Amino acid sequence: MAELHVELVAADRKVWSGEASLVVARTSSGDIGVMPGHQPLLGVLESGPVTIRTSGESGDGTVVAAVHGGFISFAENQLSLLAEVAELTDEIDVERAERALEQAKSQADDDAEKRASVRLRAVTAVR
Amino acid sequence: MGAQLRVYKRRIKSVSATKKITRAMEMIAASRIIKAQRKVAASEPYAKELTRAVGAVAQGSDARHPLTTEAERPTRAAVLLITSDRGLAGGYNSNAIKAAEQLNNRLAAEGKEVVSFIVGSKGVSYYGFRGRPVEKSWTGFTDSPTYADAKAVAAPLIEAITADTESEGGVDELHIVYTEFVSMMTQTPVENRMLPLTFEEGQAAAEAGAKGVLPLYDFEPSAEDVLDALLPRYVESRIYNALLQAAASKHAATRRAMKSATDNAEELIKSLTRLANAARQADITQEISEIVGGASALADANAGSDR
Repeated sequence: MAELHVELVAADRKVWSGEASLVVARTSSGDIGVMPGHQPLLGVLESGPVTIRTSGESGDGTVVAAVHGGFISFAENQLSLLAEVAELTDEIDVERAERALEQAKSQADDDAEKRASVRLRAVTAVR
Repeated sequence: MGAQLRVYKRRIKSVSATKKITRAMEMIAASRIIKAQRKVAASEPYAKELTRAVGAVAQGSDARHPLTTEAERPTRAAVLLITSDRGLAGGYNSNAIKAAEQLNNRLAAEGKEVVSFIVGSKGVSYYGFRGRPVEKSWTGFTDSPTYADAKAVAAPLIEAITADTESEGGVDELHIVYTEFVSMMTQTPVENRMLPLTFEEGQAAAEAGAKGVLPLYDFEPSAEDVLDALLPRYVESRIYNALLQAAASKHAATRRAMKSATDNAEELIKSLTRLANAARQADITQEISEIVGGASALADANAGSDR
């Protein structure tokens, strides 16, 4: 099966890279799924979970990451996900995110609330 | 012990204490360079992909954006100067400041008003001492900058460039002066025009991205929106990279300065030891000649009384 190469990079590090058969991400105009051979694409990402269905060398499975804004670009079977902040689900501390969500809600801090809820959504998407 | 000898001994002691300190600083700086270099390398994938994307939009669309189009008659230019918070780094800070001075003079000669933004307290105090206006300055993170620091620096710059020059006091151009980390031994101050994007830069970005012609991209939601979102991130990432390189350069400059200070101390100890030895020998020689002189005087006196 055809594969596409995915690079998920945050501003200060490379978060994940490998082969995948499908990547689903949320752009500002809705969810978009990219499969091998997709038309060249450059889009703006919303904060949200990104689902990567891995294949080939990376093994069959699913990798989910919480991405806080950024870009998706795809060309010649190379997919790059650029985000200022990106975390894989196994890096997310659920309890801490829940606490942060509570705190953000009580302080009416919209940005923090969004960040925490994106993390939690990413974790639940995996289960 | 002779007075001379005591003075030399005291100086040797103080110089070797200084040497210990400079050697320790050299070691610390050396370990920090490695860390800083690692951070530069870690930020590279993001910067590369972003440059590629900017190149793609610049080439693949004819969207006009305030950040990519040159003002017909640029009147104000922002200059971001990156220095360090602490000294003891040889010519590091003065070289960066000198490069900024040259740029300022050039911009002034072109009839542009220069608006200064400064990172690092060395630059701040240089401008403060000369009573020059500084639009905004940041200190406290130059040794190990984070992305959040870069964002904080970028925000007012992006605001200034998007604001209208005449009515809102914005700027037409954005320049950045920082010290590029070429290698362990070489760090050169460089000045770049970050915005508006120069044509060559877009070209270089495109080439770096995909060796030749970039594919025709489909923009989501639209080329303008993508560009709107992309350019601030691009500026932030460029500033982040500049901050990291400046930090690595600072550590390298400190290491070199401290190494030569240690070498000088060693040299000084060596020559002081020689002088101390000579002074000791002179003391001994004098004592001997005094004893000999005294003995022969005694012998002469005895010989006289025997007769």
